[in-house]
Amino acid sequence: MIFSRRRFLGGVAAGAGALVATPAQGASHLHFAGHPGRIGLLHDTTLCVGCRSCEVACKQVNSLPPLVRPADDKSVFDKKRRPSDKSYTVVNRYRAGAGKTPAVYRKHQCMHCNEPCCASVCFVKAFSKTPEGPVLYDPSVCVGCRYCMTACPYNALSYEYDKLWDPRVVRCTMCYPRIKQGKAPACSTVCPMGAITYGRRDELLQVARNRIDRRPNRYVNHIFGEHEFGGTSWLFLSGVPFKELDLHEGASHTPLPELSKSFLSVVPLVLTIWPGLLLGIYAFSKRKEKLSQAELEQTVARVLAEADEQTKKKLAAAAQRAGKDKERAVALAVKKALAEAEATAKEADKEDPK
Amino acid sequence: MTESPTQSKSLLTPFNLVAGLILAVGAYVAFLRFSSGLAGIGAVGDSAQSQPWGMLISFNLMCGVPLSAGGFVMGTAVYIFGMKQYRLVVRPAVLVGMIGYFFAVVALLMDVGRPWRLPYPMVVQYGVTSVLFLVAWHVALYLSTQFVEFSPAVFEWLNWKRWRKVAVAVAVGAVIFGVILSTLHQSALGALFLITPTKVHPLWYSPFIGLFFFVSAIAAGICMVILESALAHRYFREKVEMTTEHLDQITIGLGKAASIALAVYFAIKVIGIAHGNTWHYLASPIGHWFLLELLGFSLLPCVLFAAGVRERRPRLIRWAAGLTVLGIILNRLNVSIITFNLNLPAEQRFQFHWKEVWLSLAVVMAAVLTYRWAVNRMPVHHKHPLYKTVH
Amino acid sequence: METTKTLFDFMTYTKGVTYLLAVLFMVGFTFFWLFLVDRDKK
Repeated sequence: MIFSRRRFLGGVAAGAGALVATPAQGASHLHFAGHPGRIGLLHDTTLCVGCRSCEVACKQVNSLPPLVRPADDKSVFDKKRRPSDKSYTVVNRYRAGAGKTPAVYRKHQCMHCNEPCCASVCFVKAFSKTPEGPVLYDPSVCVGCRYCMTACPYNALSYEYDKLWDPRVVRCTMCYPRIKQGKAPACSTVCPMGAITYGRRDELLQVARNRIDRRPNRYVNHIFGEHEFGGTSWLFLSGVPFKELDLHEGASHTPLPELSKSFLSVVPLVLTIWPGLLLGIYAFSKRKEKLSQAELEQTVARVLAEADEQTKKKLAAAAQRAGKDKERAVALAVKKALAEAEATAKEADKEDPK
Repeated sequence: MTESPTQSKSLLTPFNLVAGLILAVGAYVAFLRFSSGLAGIGAVGDSAQSQPWGMLISFNLMCGVPLSAGGFVMGTAVYIFGMKQYRLVVRPAVLVGMIGYFFAVVALLMDVGRPWRLPYPMVVQYGVTSVLFLVAWHVALYLSTQFVEFSPAVFEWLNWKRWRKVAVAVAVGAVIFGVILSTLHQSALGALFLITPTKVHPLWYSPFIGLFFFVSAIAAGICMVILESALAHRYFREKVEMTTEHLDQITIGLGKAASIALAVYFAIKVIGIAHGNTWHYLASPIGHWFLLELLGFSLLPCVLFAAGVRERRPRLIRWAAGLTVLGIILNRLNVSIITFNLNLPAEQRFQFHWKEVWLSLAVVMAAVLTYRWAVNRMPVHHKHPLYKTVH
Repeated sequence: METTKTLFDFMTYTKGVTYLLAVLFMVGFTFFWLFLVDRDKK
């Protein structure tokens, strides 16, 4: 019975939680445009040939170890690679060219999302979205929990596991120091095919739109990164469906941090409701205990009193009976005495009639 | 208190030898971790980058925390709902809970890149948008709360009367605070994955995942109390005051609670499927794996508990509790490792590295030994002779 | 009050405020409860 009360309360909480947890994104009327004039990069995968010059430039600028396999060794594309602590960007080959189907290449790196998951999940706020556009990381507060890596939908973050005292989360920085100097990110400057264009994000969207309009047979009619999960700074054009490039085709426009929001909103409510609720139950159960204790005492007292009463009654009845018996005895005696007196009188009368 | 017969036995029991071996190698692995970084214990390659959370987080933390929920469940039952018949299992439950959380934090300290910075989310910079921020705060506060709840036992052992009085006076407040914290961090552990819908399989991913983790934690806590009370009764006989009849009575009562908790869990999981309209996934191989977890390790123990309660069979209830515990572990591992990043190539997914696995086991062993140390010395399963009439 | 250009900025601000309020209410509630119970005893 008491279990069902707890379950009932659990049910109430569940109901409340469900009400809040179901698509908060649907309920959210808020829209955030982000910082105006922020920069972005446009990657036209129809132009990429997999030369990996961008990888080389990135490693140079970030003082990273050189390519493991030389750029002309195409066997590197046999396996899908991901960014690592030694390579902040990688180019992968999709739809391996065998016969008719031409190979497609895409460069992969941190997308510098408009609403970055990494920033949202970092419990020490080590990430920030700068007004200029790049997402930056502050190693001076990082604890190394790696939730950011777990959360990043693009698997773009890496950790320096081999460092003991100062391991950092590392990734493409969009060459932020260079940008501050007015220069373009290294990858965009060295690409021999012009597959990477650097500029204001809103202008690049227009550039991408123009390319699609001018050559509709070349491109899939979609700019990836414009809206997906709230949009990214890196925009992509492709001649093949985006899911063939391991990109989330048809992804929701809702920023992923919005999904955490549904749970986080419940927290302050639990903090304010639970104390009252629990204290109430505590008071209720204490009172119930007190009442049942009082009731017990009352019952005992009553039983004792009843026992008392009954004994009294028995004594009274016995006394009454005894009294009645006595009365009867007395009456009998009186009657007897009277009878005897009468008899004696009658005899005396008989003896003395004159 | 009569002299314990175990005191005269040698330390070289088979259990101790195995425990010693596990701890010794574990200490070596811990040394590697702190001399060569996490790479020294296997965090190398693409899998460490795409699957950053391994055994220490996914097992020691994500499984350890729900299995330590017995403290808050029994505390609530006895102090808030006034169910005095479970009074005797509150202290052991709080002990197990406290040890569980403590060693989950130990595992965490081994796993994070800069463990000396673990207090940072508390005192340096606040990432309030993060669910992990909540987990960090709550686990830290909850550990302290559990210590306050357990401290009467410690003070009895040390015979610090006045400290004990204070501790007992704040007991109810500590329990309430503990329930608030537990509600939030048990569900927060599930909510960590709300932001990764592209990585967790649709059958496990749900906006209700926090609720799933919370309800299953309640079931887990109850089952751990069932198991611990039975194991203590058997392996620490001379320290346990409870009679077998009383234990069986309590076990049956707890079995009833566990049955209800699991029934609720089953129902909300099914509702979760309906909500996400993910029925069609059930036909796939992964769907079968999901059904195994849901039917074999949640619904089945629920039924077994019910049968055990009705037929008054404590042994059946204990087996059901063991099954449930395995189910909790399976569920947490499914969410964080087994069905995580399913669409990535194999070399980017979780890989077993013996060093990390051994370290994980060594932490568990250390927890077991700590439990044994406490039960052997402190008035956990029996009343302290000086405080026999007080509670 | 401050620039809220992104959801992240918004969430950082609102979460900070709600958590602070919740903790204050929780603490305040403790005193409120003690105050209520006190009258009971009298």
